Amino acid sequence: MSFSLDNYFGIHQQSLSLRSQRNTVIANNLANADTPGFKARDYDFKALLAQAGSQVPGGDQVRVTHSRHLGGSDGPGAPGPLLYRVPMQPAQDGNTVEQDREQAAFAENSVRYQASLQFLNSRIQSMVNVLKGGNN
Amino acid sequence: MDLFRVFDIAGSGMGAQSIRLNATASNLANINSVSGDPEQVYRARHPMFETIMQGFGDEASAGVRVLGVVEDATAPQPVYEPGHPEANEAGYIYRGNVDLASEMTNMISASRAYQNNVEILNTSKDLMLRTLSLGSQ
Repeated sequence: MSFSLDNYFGIHQQSLSLRSQRNTVIANNLANADTPGFKARDYDFKALLAQAGSQVPGGDQVRVTHSRHLGGSDGPGAPGPLLYRVPMQPAQDGNTVEQDREQAAFAENSVRYQASLQFLNSRIQSMVNVLKGGNN
Repeated sequence: MDLFRVFDIAGSGMGAQSIRLNATASNLANINSVSGDPEQVYRARHPMFETIMQGFGDEASAGVRVLGVVEDATAPQPVYEPGHPEANEAGYIYRGNVDLASEMTNMISASRAYQNNVEILNTSKDLMLRTLSLGSQ
């Protein structure tokens, strides 16, 4: 029986890296909350994570079956396209940052980051438990 | 790995907002400055913000910087006060063009934005510390 750490940790390692990148993007939005003409940006996280999940070994992989097929993204955790947020109330100076929405997105993102951390932590704990044979 | 870029970004935001607060403080302190010469009188100062563009591609922007501080172009207000020591021959003094209401709203907006950046910094720091202790008991 082969054992793969990649399989063992599942999607959470990709999730951590994507979440931290999204945190950077939202931080940038909030830093530019008063910059004239700045457009708020964000990832389409659902699509990104689905794409990352398809690259997890054992997952539903997309294979290149012909030499002229185009490749996928650069690898697991590669940043996808940054999209522009559609503003509900754009400012007169062309700025589309809505501070409350960005704050909500940031809070949501960091909670999900912590959730992934928690998952990884318990995975590591149970592996350590197995290695020690159950006696600490 | 650009894990630590969020600190630079939030730091640049805090720096820019504190410059804005400084400009507001200067404007409010000079709200009653007068002069007999319209060229000499205090003019309101406003910082201009610009997104820092770093590299090319989708993730080009990284923070904010102050492009410069511009002086308000509104003409200073003449007031007829012949007894004033600063008054010119016609008896006029000129008041600075500081608008109290807009300065106050500027101040509130700047301090809120500063708080936002501090919040981002704190949360990111917590997340990073928790990541560092990943796997420990």
